[in-house]
Amino acid sequence: MKRLEVKLAGFGGQGIILAGQIIGQAAVLFDQKNAVLTQSYGPASRGGACSADLIISEEEILHPLVLKPQVMVVMSQEAYDRYASEVAEGGMLLVDADLVPVLPRRSKKRDVFAIPATRLAEEVGRRIVANIVMLGSFAALTGAISVEAVKRSILSLVPKGTEDLNLQAFERGYEYGKRLAADKRERSIKT
Amino acid sequence: MSQVEKPTVIPLKHPRESLLREERLPHIWCSGCGIGTALNCFIGALEKSGLPWDKVAIVSGIGCAGRAAGYIKLDSFHTTHGRAIPFATGLRLANPELKVVIFSGDGDLIAIGGNHFIHAARRNIDMTVICVNNFNYGMTGGQVGPTTPAMAKTTTSPYGNSEHPFNLPYLAAASGAVYVARWTTLHVRRLERSLTEALLKEGFSFVEVISPCPTYFDRMNRLGEGLDMMKSYQESSEIVHGFDPRKADIDLRGKIIVGKFIDIEKPTYLDFQKEIQARVEGEPS
Amino acid sequence: MSGDIACAEGALSAGCRFFAGYPITPATEIAERMAERMPQLGGVYIQMEDEIASMNAILGASWGGLRAMTATSGPGFSLMMENLGLGIMTETPCVLVNVQRGGPSTGLPTLVGQGDMMQARWGTHGVYEIIALSPSSPQEFFDLTVRAFNLAEKYRTPVLVMADEVVGHMTERVTIPEEVPCFPRRKPEFPPGDRSSFPPDEDLVPPMANVGEGYHIHVTGLTHDERGYPVTDEVTQERLVRRLVEKIRGHKKDIIRLEEKGVEGAEVIVCSYGISARVGLWAVELAKREGIKAGMLKLLTVWPFPEERVREVASKVKAFVVPEINYGQIALEVERSAGGRAEVIPLNHMGGGLHEPEDILKAIRKAAR
Repeated sequence: MKRLEVKLAGFGGQGIILAGQIIGQAAVLFDQKNAVLTQSYGPASRGGACSADLIISEEEILHPLVLKPQVMVVMSQEAYDRYASEVAEGGMLLVDADLVPVLPRRSKKRDVFAIPATRLAEEVGRRIVANIVMLGSFAALTGAISVEAVKRSILSLVPKGTEDLNLQAFERGYEYGKRLAADKRERSIKT
Repeated sequence: MSQVEKPTVIPLKHPRESLLREERLPHIWCSGCGIGTALNCFIGALEKSGLPWDKVAIVSGIGCAGRAAGYIKLDSFHTTHGRAIPFATGLRLANPELKVVIFSGDGDLIAIGGNHFIHAARRNIDMTVICVNNFNYGMTGGQVGPTTPAMAKTTTSPYGNSEHPFNLPYLAAASGAVYVARWTTLHVRRLERSLTEALLKEGFSFVEVISPCPTYFDRMNRLGEGLDMMKSYQESSEIVHGFDPRKADIDLRGKIIVGKFIDIEKPTYLDFQKEIQARVEGEPS
Repeated sequence: MSGDIACAEGALSAGCRFFAGYPITPATEIAERMAERMPQLGGVYIQMEDEIASMNAILGASWGGLRAMTATSGPGFSLMMENLGLGIMTETPCVLVNVQRGGPSTGLPTLVGQGDMMQARWGTHGVYEIIALSPSSPQEFFDLTVRAFNLAEKYRTPVLVMADEVVGHMTERVTIPEEVPCFPRRKPEFPPGDRSSFPPDEDLVPPMANVGEGYHIHVTGLTHDERGYPVTDEVTQERLVRRLVEKIRGHKKDIIRLEEKGVEGAEVIVCSYGISARVGLWAVELAKREGIKAGMLKLLTVWPFPEERVREVASKVKAFVVPEINYGQIALEVERSAGGRAEVIPLNHMGGGLHEPEDILKAIRKAAR
């Protein structure tokens, strides 16, 4: 796999950075790839907006910053308004449909996947794990990291006592992502 | 000219030779200056304290009093201007066996080093600070300083000082010092006793030593020579132990209250550190 | 782990047991890690009242016998300059980390800069030589922090680690070895007694007694003789300061580390350090794909500057491209060393972000023509 640039964005407290850490650690420790994680600091995060930039690659990562994200995971309307236009041509945008009410239009240049992450998180127990639901869909739709690696990474990074909840959230997101991927395949066959 | 040339004849052994670097004498202080007296009292106190000399370090900043570190045969440090206290903080915390003494002047400790002074007192770091207060910057030729009394003349306040001075015992006490005393260089025995207590006190101890500066401050303010200063200390000083340091201001020709003002107990920085260490070691890994 | 954390862990691996600091973005994470880890290892963490105090505290701690470090960014680095000089003059081993951000003044607290490179070289007053290392990844931040401690002990001098916000904050794979090399403190062979100081060894570095060992040392920031006593005259100054400079200049081969990629046979060399070297290497790779003979000369040691190697390379290449996040600092050194043998193209970025690889590539293309 060549360089994959990912941007995760939302607001502080959603676990955006944690999601970035989970993916990055999964890629590095368990999938034996390279990864670089950077994040927004200071007023940008205190003002509410929060983002994590992640690069995954089998090659050495020279430029450590995300230049044009191929995958963007968005968990707030503000983050959508601010960043969505930056997605690379041919890239994909994953949004938490419960938090981004102004649903983006699908365009030829990029795929848009709406995931009801907050609702799915509530279904498994707590809305706080919506980030992990998004992570599940991310794994299903991008294939950038192995399911096994993400699960191990989740177990090592989430607070003690919340492991099961987080794994369930991941599974929910993963299944939903798989369905979206299948729908997309069907659509492409029809057209 | 070299400052360390030995005089050809040393007629008598110095009574404090055991703790003086004799090869460095004569010292640089002017005749009538009180720093030598303060140093003498400190050496006497150190001898009385029973502290092992190999485990006592002395740290000075810059200025006339700051030269003291260079004359004492202990592990001794002559640091930069104002920085003796933070340097000593590192030294003390790195080696808990040490007793660390800061010997410096009012300009060094209280002006440029003032922030370090109040924070070391606040932390109650285990150290003894001896501040020789001669009311001006002697080394650079008698400029106004943080303890210069209002309206006093110096080379940079030629018409009189328009600032209020710090009252050092009050500053030290308010900042958290557990031992605070003030003496003049006339009170040698009391000063020595006070310094002994300060050396044996755990936590931040502070002793102010009021000293003449006949070359600059005393001359510019027509206060007289060294001996006149001793007479004036005798006339104007009053010993009041336990005196409220808030009222211990010093005016140019007013009364000087001396004595031991504060002697209290409270946990030191290292006491808290030990507690934290125990907490960390008690944690399951 | 992030670069800042890697730096803290590198220091701990190298035996650092004293950290004094003051909170400042983007170096705060180093202090936070140290505050957490030091009590676990029986070391000392103290937050001082400012960076002046922090620098002094590590000097004191070093004389107290511990390996000591502080970490800061631009504004704090400026405050540390005063007593960096005391450290040099009193030959006190210690490590000072600067996670550089955009300046001058408060500048860009959360964003990258490399504007303190010349300050690292000339920031404290007087005549001296300094050692400064520059990492371009969290792994290098770990490795070079370890190296900084060893160089500090070997040459009895403060050593600077000049990192930057991106390297400090980026999270990447870091491999921590079980054991790291450790250069022990150079202790005097004399028995304890009244010895105020010690003569230098053949390599011009004197041994060092810690406080409390019974030597009754004297240490001063004034110009001093071999007994450690102040002698403020021309002869003593010449003898002392020349030795302080020569103990580093004379060991450049040991101190300087470069990373070269495709320098032999290259026409254009990207010469850089820290995070800019990393982006520069990408541009070199892109240039090679276009058939341009490009190579990379990365400075892991920035000071003392590797002028001999740059001069040598200059005689074989057309040009150096020097990307750095300032208005041209190390470019001046490259130019001086190249001495007109090759063109030197500074590529300046004012900070807040990194160079676009495309911009470096354009410069390489132009230089190759």
